[in-house]
Amino acid sequence: MELLYAMTTGVLTACGLYLTLRGRTFPVVVGLTLLSYAVNLFLFSMGGLTTDGPAIVSEGTNYADPLPQALVLTAIVIGFAMTAFVVILAMRARSEVGNDHVDGKKEDRE
Amino acid sequence: MMQHLIVFPVVLPLVAGILLLYQRQGLVRYKRAVSVAATVLLLLVATGLLRQAASDQVTYYALGDWQAPFGIVLVLDRLSALMLLVTAVLAVGAVVFACAGDDEKGSNFHGLFQWQLLGINGAFLTGDLFNLFVFFEVLLLASYALLLHGGGKARIQASVHYVVLNLAGSSLFLIAVGILYGATGTLNMADMAIRVAELPTEREGLVTAGALMLLVVFGLKAAILPLYFWLPKAYASAPAPVAALFAIMTKVGIYAILRVYSLLFGDTAGGLEALEQSWVWWLSLATLAAAGVGVMAARDLRLLVAYLVLVSVGTLLAGIGMRSPQAVSALLYYLIHTTLVTGGLFLLAEMISLQRGKAGTRLVKGRPMVQGAGLAMLFFVGAIAVAGVPPFSGAIGKALMLNAAEGTQRLWLWPLLLLTSLASLIALSRAGSTLFWRSHRGNISGSPLARRQWFGVIWLLSAAPLLVALAGPVSSYTQATADQLANPQVLIRTLLPNATGDAQ
Repeated sequence: MELLYAMTTGVLTACGLYLTLRGRTFPVVVGLTLLSYAVNLFLFSMGGLTTDGPAIVSEGTNYADPLPQALVLTAIVIGFAMTAFVVILAMRARSEVGNDHVDGKKEDRE
Repeated sequence: MMQHLIVFPVVLPLVAGILLLYQRQGLVRYKRAVSVAATVLLLLVATGLLRQAASDQVTYYALGDWQAPFGIVLVLDRLSALMLLVTAVLAVGAVVFACAGDDEKGSNFHGLFQWQLLGINGAFLTGDLFNLFVFFEVLLLASYALLLHGGGKARIQASVHYVVLNLAGSSLFLIAVGILYGATGTLNMADMAIRVAELPTEREGLVTAGALMLLVVFGLKAAILPLYFWLPKAYASAPAPVAALFAIMTKVGIYAILRVYSLLFGDTAGGLEALEQSWVWWLSLATLAAAGVGVMAARDLRLLVAYLVLVSVGTLLAGIGMRSPQAVSALLYYLIHTTLVTGGLFLLAEMISLQRGKAGTRLVKGRPMVQGAGLAMLFFVGAIAVAGVPPFSGAIGKALMLNAAEGTQRLWLWPLLLLTSLASLIALSRAGSTLFWRSHRGNISGSPLARRQWFGVIWLLSAAPLLVALAGPVSSYTQATADQLANPQVLIRTLLPNATGDAQ
C-alpha cells in the first residue's frame, strides 16, 4: 500500500508542477489544484498509514493518528477557497487584459 | 481581564472586520469610524502588551484552555510584542490615509484591511507551526483582495503572479509542516524544539529537508533573492494604503525565519544547529546587490520605493545570517525604522502622483505641484532616513548593522551595504530633483490634498526623528529581545513546564 500511495502522490505532484509551469492561466490553475491534492495526500500519510484503526487513542495499540486528518481537513477548506479565488482572478485577467497568458502577452511561441 | 489581553490583537480585527461587512456600499462615515477606532484600539492593546512583555516574562494564552503541546497557544514574548506594535502603528497611518477616499474606490476595503491585520497579528503571536500556516493564509487571502482593490490592468497582472506564486508557496509550506510533523510528532514549536534536540540521527535528513523547505516558503514571503520577482510589480501597483500595509508583509517572513530557526535550531539542536545560516547569509548579500541595481534602474517612484523595500529585506536577512545577539538587536532596530519609513514613502508617492496629474509617479518632468514645498520637505526626510544618512534613524540602524558584523563577515557586508546605500542615495536624489526642481513647466492646477493624507504620511515618517530621539530605550529593548531569542529555554519552560530531556 505504501508504494502505491507514494507513487500516486508523486505522479500527482509531478503533473501539478508541470502544469503550474505552463504559460496559460487555465493549466496553471489546474496544476495548482493537482498540487494541492498531492499535498493533502502527503499530509495524510505523515501520521503513518494504518488500516482499520480508529482515529482515537484507545486500549488497543492499533489506532490512526487523528492529527493529520484534522490538518488535511483544514488544508482542503483553505485550498478550496483559494482555488475559487484564483479561478475568478484568472477570468478577470482574461477579460481585462484580453488574453489568458500569465504575463498578459499577446503572442508567445508555445 | 488582563490575561485575555494576548488574544485581543486577533479577536479585535476579526470582530471589526465582521461588523464592517454589514453593507457592501454606503455607510461610509460609520465604516471609517469603526475601522479607525478598531485600529487605534489595537495600537493601545499592542502598547499594553509591549509593557507586559518588557518585564522579560514570556506569557501565553491557551485557546480553550487546552494546554500545550496539545492545544493551540498564542505566545507573547518581547519579539512578538514589538512586531505587534510596529504593525499597529503602521496600520493607523495607513487606515487614516485610506479614509481620504482610497477606501471608496472598491468595496469592502475596511473589512479586508482588518482581516489582513488579523492574519498578521496572528502570525506574530502563534506558537504552533500549523497555526502559523493558517494565519499566513488569512493574511494572504486578505492581501489578494486588497491588492485588487480599485481594479485596473496593472493590478490584475501583478495579482496573477502574486496569487499563483503564493499558492505554490502554501503547498510547499504544507509539505514542510507535514515532514516536520512526521519526523518529530508534534506541531507546537516549543515542543518541537525539545524533540529536535533529542532527534535520532536517522531522522536528521528528514528534518533538514523540512526546515529548508520552510526557509523557501518564508523566503518567498520575505522576498529573498531568487524569490523576490513578484514584489516590485505587486507593491508598485497596489493602492497606496495597501502598499503601506504590505511594508510589514515582508517582515512577517523575516519574523518567521527569526522565530522558527532561533527556537528549533538553537544551540541544543546538535548537528542541526544553525542549518539555515549559510543559506540566509549568502542569499541576503545577493538580494542586497540585486536590490541596489533595481533601485538605480527604477524609473517610477513607486517602483523605486518597492526596490527600497528589497534593500531593507537584504539588510535584515544579513542580520539573521550573522546569527549573533548583537546582529539580531541591530536588525530589530532597523526593522522598526524601515517598516514605518517605507510605508510612509508609499503613501507619499501616492500624494505626489495625485498632485502631478498625468505624469503620476513616473520620474519625468511634469507640472509643478500645488503643495510642492510641503511634499518636498516630507520626501527629503523620508529619503534621508531610508538611504541611511544622518541625522535620521536609517543611519543609526545601518551603523548598528555594520557594527554587528564580525571577522570576514565585515569584508562582505560593509562594501555591499554601503554601496547599496549609495545607490539608494543617488536614485532618491535623482528622483527628488526631477519631481520637485525640474518640474516647472505648465500651470499649477489641481486641488490641495486631504488633511487625512497629510496625517497618515507625517504619522509614519515622524518615526525617523523619533527613533533617533528614543534610540537609547529602543535599542536597549531590542538588545533584551535578542538575548531572549538567543535563550529559547525560557520560552520552552514557560510553555511546557513538565517537559523532560536534555533541553532543560
